[in-house]
Amino acid sequence: MSEPTTSPTATGATGPGGKPPRTRGGTASRATPTARFTLPLPAFLRRHNLQLWIGAVILGAMVLLLAIGPLFVTDDPNRQDLLNTFAPSSIAHPLGTDQLGRDVLSRFLHGGRVDLIVAVVAVIVPFILGTILGSLAGYFGRWVDIVIMRLADIVSAFPFYVLVIVLVFVMGNGMGSIFVAISAVSWVAYARIVRGEVLVLREQEFISACRASGLSTPRILTRHIIPNTVSQGVIYAMSDIVLNIGVVVTLSYFGMGIVPPTADWGQMMNDGQQYMGTGNYGLILWPGFAVVIVSFALALIGDGLTNTLKPKR
Amino acid sequence: MPILEVDSLTVDIDGEAGRRRILDDVSISLEAGEPMGLVGESGSGKSMTLRSILGMLPPGASVVGGEIRFDGRNILTSGPGGRFDQRIRGTGISMVFQEPAIALNPVMKVGRQITDAIAERRGLSKKQAHDLAVELMDSVGITDPDRRARHYPFQLSGGMRQRVMIAAALAQEPRVLLCDEPTTALDVTIQAQVLDLFRTMHQDEGLGLLYVTHDLAVVAQLCSSISVMKDGQIVEHGVLQEVFDDPQEEYTRRLLTATPRIDEGVDDVGLAEETR
Repeated sequence: MSEPTTSPTATGATGPGGKPPRTRGGTASRATPTARFTLPLPAFLRRHNLQLWIGAVILGAMVLLLAIGPLFVTDDPNRQDLLNTFAPSSIAHPLGTDQLGRDVLSRFLHGGRVDLIVAVVAVIVPFILGTILGSLAGYFGRWVDIVIMRLADIVSAFPFYVLVIVLVFVMGNGMGSIFVAISAVSWVAYARIVRGEVLVLREQEFISACRASGLSTPRILTRHIIPNTVSQGVIYAMSDIVLNIGVVVTLSYFGMGIVPPTADWGQMMNDGQQYMGTGNYGLILWPGFAVVIVSFALALIGDGLTNTLKPKR
Repeated sequence: MPILEVDSLTVDIDGEAGRRRILDDVSISLEAGEPMGLVGESGSGKSMTLRSILGMLPPGASVVGGEIRFDGRNILTSGPGGRFDQRIRGTGISMVFQEPAIALNPVMKVGRQITDAIAERRGLSKKQAHDLAVELMDSVGITDPDRRARHYPFQLSGGMRQRVMIAAALAQEPRVLLCDEPTTALDVTIQAQVLDLFRTMHQDEGLGLLYVTHDLAVVAQLCSSISVMKDGQIVEHGVLQEVFDDPQEEYTRRLLTATPRIDEGVDDVGLAEETR
């Protein structure tokens, strides 16, 4: 079916009786007819990690926007102007104003900063904690393994949001509580991933070689075991940031996350949904769209890293 | 006095089928500078003997009798708390593994791997460790060692990796080197080069060499004495030429005849008969 699609273009480009010998020569020189129609894309994909690049570009653009955006949009995100609520987009307010007359663009930019910083920082502690506990469980086995993994089972037996909400409820809302709540729960995933990797690694001959040359256990763990497991952790961390954005936004949406009036995408969506009925779609659309885009970019990066970070043999 | 003495070592392993004896009254005596071949079929206990010497028995296995003396000291009990003396690893006894492709850490530069243990013990700086690695790599015949030290294992060929393994095993100047079929995974020309390297090592450095293999041709080229293992026991031990010329045990005789020789016809009545 690709034959008729290409040949009209070829003749169309050269015109009727334009340069038929070249076209004929071109087709005749190709031995296999199927090879003619292979897209250049797969070869390009093989050479360049397209997923990683696209993800990085999208995320980079968003981070750049949030980083330098507030330099140009100088409106105070919390300044109310009750005489100018639900304003349509204008030069002064490119995305209009919300129900209290606050500039939506300014709130979007400042809120995004808060969400992304919280989501990224909240990955670091569970990543480190999970990697350490997981490698200890995997390497030493026996009771160490039993204690750590049963603890992990207990944590993961609770429904995630219920546990997070309880923790936030106990400690009061705010950024600190979000960090603690997320850290207390999401180390489990890292510990499980790393433990599995270590169980395989432990039996590898290069670990025996390390022991045979008299390397101490802490050194084997920190220099030979953990560096070999870290790529899996990093890949998971990308999707974990996505989850964290979801958690932060969800908690804020429920009024248990970032404390108002600090702007945040979750609160903006919560505020915005109340006025959807009156046709003010922009209030919920922009933060919602941003969450989707950032998650998409991080998912692509995670996939791309999977291909890149595999240790070569 | 021998540098390494394994004295009636007996090792049991707890498996699903109950307790099983995997080494039965194994005795080996290795002089400094002596290359000894330890031969036998798969599962005869050759590798287990090496692992016992380094205190690296698999889970479930335990020494139930005998001694392993290094320099006259029983290393099975001379460690802290009467346990295996792990300080012997690397500095006293080192090991070269069979498969260089999997015996190197894939995410660490080979130069750093060679000197990792010694850097930890002596607190070497990065620069010192690198210089030492280059020196060691040069001594095992790696060309352009300065550049090679910065490579990862996957960037090196099989023979090159095995040389790296040997350099790492020699880094701490051990007095005994255990070799677990170090040339089996290499092709014949590289194998000859590596054997040459082993030969100069035990001659020049006075290194005791315990060479595990099932390849009698390699033993013939390298070793001065030979021990034959079967079912966890040493069935025959002696000077290489004597054992080769006049094997006392039926098993050794069959092992020898099972090795094809270029100057004789293939005699396939040996070991193959038994497995049929």
